[in-house]
Amino acid sequence: MTATVTRPADATPPAAAPATRRRDRAIDAIPWWLKLIGTVVALYLILPTLIVIPMSFSSASTFQFPPKDFSLRLYENFFTNPVWLSALRNSVVVAFLAALLATVVGTAAALGLHNLRGRLARFARTMLMISMVTPAVVIAVAVYISFLEWQLVGTFAGYVLAHAAIGVPFVLVSVTGALGGFDPKLLRASASLGAPPLRTFWFVTMPLIGRGIVTGAVFAFVTSFDEVVIALFLRSPDVQTLPVQMYNSVTVEIDPTIAASSSVVVTAVTAVCLLVQFVGGRRKSR
Amino acid sequence: MPGTVRRRAPSPQWLLVAPALVLLTAILLVPLGRSVSRSVGTPSFTFAHYEALFTDGVTLTVLIRTALTAAVVTVITFVLGYPYAYLMTRVGPRVRGILMVVVLIPFWTSVMARNFAWIIILERHGPVNVLFKLFGLDLVLYESVAGVAVAMSQVLLPFMVLPLFSALGAIDRRLLLAARGLGSHPVAAFWRVYWPLSRGGVVSGLILVFTLSLGFYVTPALVGSPQQSLVAQLLGQRTTQLLDFEGASALGFVVLVVSLILVAWANRIGGTISAIGVVATNAPSATKGRS
Amino acid sequence: MSATTTVPASVATTTGTRILLSNVVKDYGLATPAVDGVSLDIEPGEFMTLLGPSGSGKTTTLNLIAGFETLTAGAIAFNGTDVSTLPPHKRNLGMLFQNYALFPHMTVAQNVAYPLRERRLPKAEIARKVADVLKLVQLTGRDDTYPAQLSGGQQQRVALARAIVFGPNALLLDEPLGALDRNLRATLQAEIQRIHREVGTTFVFVTHDQEEAMTLSDRIALFNNGRIEQIGTPEALYRTPETLFTARFLGDSNVFPLTEPAGGKAVWEDSTWAVDPHTISARAAEGGPSALVVRPEDVRIAAGADAVPPNANCVAATVRGLDYLGAYRTAVLSLGRGGVVGRARIDAVETGPLIDRPVVAWWPVERQRVVAV
Repeated sequence: MTATVTRPADATPPAAAPATRRRDRAIDAIPWWLKLIGTVVALYLILPTLIVIPMSFSSASTFQFPPKDFSLRLYENFFTNPVWLSALRNSVVVAFLAALLATVVGTAAALGLHNLRGRLARFARTMLMISMVTPAVVIAVAVYISFLEWQLVGTFAGYVLAHAAIGVPFVLVSVTGALGGFDPKLLRASASLGAPPLRTFWFVTMPLIGRGIVTGAVFAFVTSFDEVVIALFLRSPDVQTLPVQMYNSVTVEIDPTIAASSSVVVTAVTAVCLLVQFVGGRRKSR
Repeated sequence: MPGTVRRRAPSPQWLLVAPALVLLTAILLVPLGRSVSRSVGTPSFTFAHYEALFTDGVTLTVLIRTALTAAVVTVITFVLGYPYAYLMTRVGPRVRGILMVVVLIPFWTSVMARNFAWIIILERHGPVNVLFKLFGLDLVLYESVAGVAVAMSQVLLPFMVLPLFSALGAIDRRLLLAARGLGSHPVAAFWRVYWPLSRGGVVSGLILVFTLSLGFYVTPALVGSPQQSLVAQLLGQRTTQLLDFEGASALGFVVLVVSLILVAWANRIGGTISAIGVVATNAPSATKGRS
Repeated sequence: MSATTTVPASVATTTGTRILLSNVVKDYGLATPAVDGVSLDIEPGEFMTLLGPSGSGKTTTLNLIAGFETLTAGAIAFNGTDVSTLPPHKRNLGMLFQNYALFPHMTVAQNVAYPLRERRLPKAEIARKVADVLKLVQLTGRDDTYPAQLSGGQQQRVALARAIVFGPNALLLDEPLGALDRNLRATLQAEIQRIHREVGTTFVFVTHDQEEAMTLSDRIALFNNGRIEQIGTPEALYRTPETLFTARFLGDSNVFPLTEPAGGKAVWEDSTWAVDPHTISARAAEGGPSALVVRPEDVRIAAGADAVPPNANCVAATVRGLDYLGAYRTAVLSLGRGGVVGRARIDAVETGPLIDRPVVAWWPVERQRVVAV
């Protein structure tokens, strides 16, 4: 019990001590089959996105994958055919106006609810968020029936109002998130320095929650730009949005231009999101 | 006037909230309310339109088919999502970041582009069938409920993976070591310790995916068979083609109530609304989950 | 916390297990192996502490014994039977974790019953053993409580009960007191000692806290860089360190790196000191750089060289400050030309106006030790 030196390494080896090096892995290692499942699921998730790009360079007039030869014919058609162009223009206009409306009322609501407590405020917040958990088709049916009476079906106003309503929750969530890290003492500091409330909002609040507002606005824009269910109900022969035109091209016309359109939309949405991430990230690191 | 009711004036902050409430009320709540009142008030107070749902010989079949499809989708997303979410908790931060981006990709991809891609993949001459033929299978998933389930599962996977990831990430993995040290076979340790602790996330993921599956419109319409429509298509058909507004309203109300009850339940279990919030702030268009 | 609690028959194990590690290596493929050739013979019923700084390989060694890590090379045997490839659930070891690792979805009783249920014991026997062991850790009546409702100390006692209830070959304790505050630590140290005495099984205890190791252990294995620096009783490690690392890790030391190899004399700066051969450690005697260490309590302060007794070594010093530590004080010294910082214990009575005065620090020749560096 009083040995003071390390026992020599070769002292009394236990019975049947294997001298060979064992395969050395942690007992808690990630098993190979789990990695395999992970890879397969990841492929499943990205496969449809990956397929859209090569399809858009097809020259065939059918939906054949993989495409037999490549051309820019579909892109040419997308950017010259008046039907596709007007659908694209409609979508951009509707999405812009819907996002603008949703951002203004959503930001105001987020600021107001930030300072409100109690049951009524919680109820108001739930009401504003409810479209997030309501099936789009249920909204579409109700909106269609009422909009018929209000003569909003097939109008820009109809699309903009409906899309703004479903865009509000996104603005609310992202601005509320930005307000979470906002110190209300700053407002008092600004007021104590003599700034009237509107100037305080513009020069103190806005810069601090600006990122949240921009994020919310982008979400609202993309949500509207890509929305198809409500738009399908509200469509008219004169005014159609791009997703509706894409829907028609699959169901009615069998028009492979949808491949070019898909690729443009996917690329544009990704670019916008990356841009927001990039700009936001830069501002954060400053 | 001492002693009278002390009623505080509403805070001026409500003025900021008012425009949003007006917009949401006018555009969503009023139409929803009107459609409900129409479904029970035409021509006078009646439940006939609701009774018809169960007696017209079509709606009930469609509802059952929708529920079954939703159940299949839920099972698929669970079977794929649980190991995926588990893997996310085990790998290093770099790989986890990649896996997270990949899981959010269905959100980034436009609804129509994604459904178009699934038509390409699943159709008679598409890659999936080429693969099937190699194994001597002549099975076309396009225009079948199975194809719809495959396409829907892809876009709903994030709603399974994200709640699971947050639930599994909160489990202390050393508990598994402790269980093994106490004499449990690794499989037993999983079932008796890890699985029970992950159940909250599992239940909320299951309910969420099931609920969202119920309202899918575009995918069943494009990838599925016209003869085997789901409830969303039936709603569309009754509204825009048959102009049976009362019947559509009644059916829509049933779907809405079922959805809201399920979401509220999931929310009680695992903070689902906040999970959607996370999705919303990570992905530009979470509404695609409902298409 | 009376020590007279009788051990319930169902909990006591007859004897502990002998745990033998032979040249154990764990290599994660990093620059140096995490455990690099450790051999250790833990006797049945012994309280063995694996002590060392973080990253020294002590926890990895414990995990190797538990089976949570697989060996790269070497072998581990329990009572002469090789267990090197045995998975953890077949090693029959109790394990106490720093974070307790109680199952949050099970009650206290269910947690404690867990290892018994895994061993398919009859229900009645499980109930009896659980009741007995909860009595042993003084948690009777808390059966249906969930871990989250218990204090940290109570949780640790549940973990202890769960780890010993099935009569394990040995109890492995991985810094189990690290998360507790000072007072609770002392209480649980006493508790662990009592349970070790009463249950009588082998305990392998990992800590980086040298005081805790000194208090609890029969023997200490001091780890450094994946190897065992020295094994011995707490007293042996403290009084007869082999290396400078050991001398520094356990307690304070005045350290004089020697410029000449230890022979008949020790040379440091201008001083040449007498050396008793018995005070040269075996490792230092092998040659190589060495240092002379003296514990602060062996160093005395004198006004001048003439006051130093004959059989003592001394060095010029300046008192830089006095630390009051209750029962005694220590003087903070600046030693020799270079002003090496040192310490000397001074009894309360001999304090005088010493600060910043040149003095002589001296110690009896037999109280110094020459260690390998």
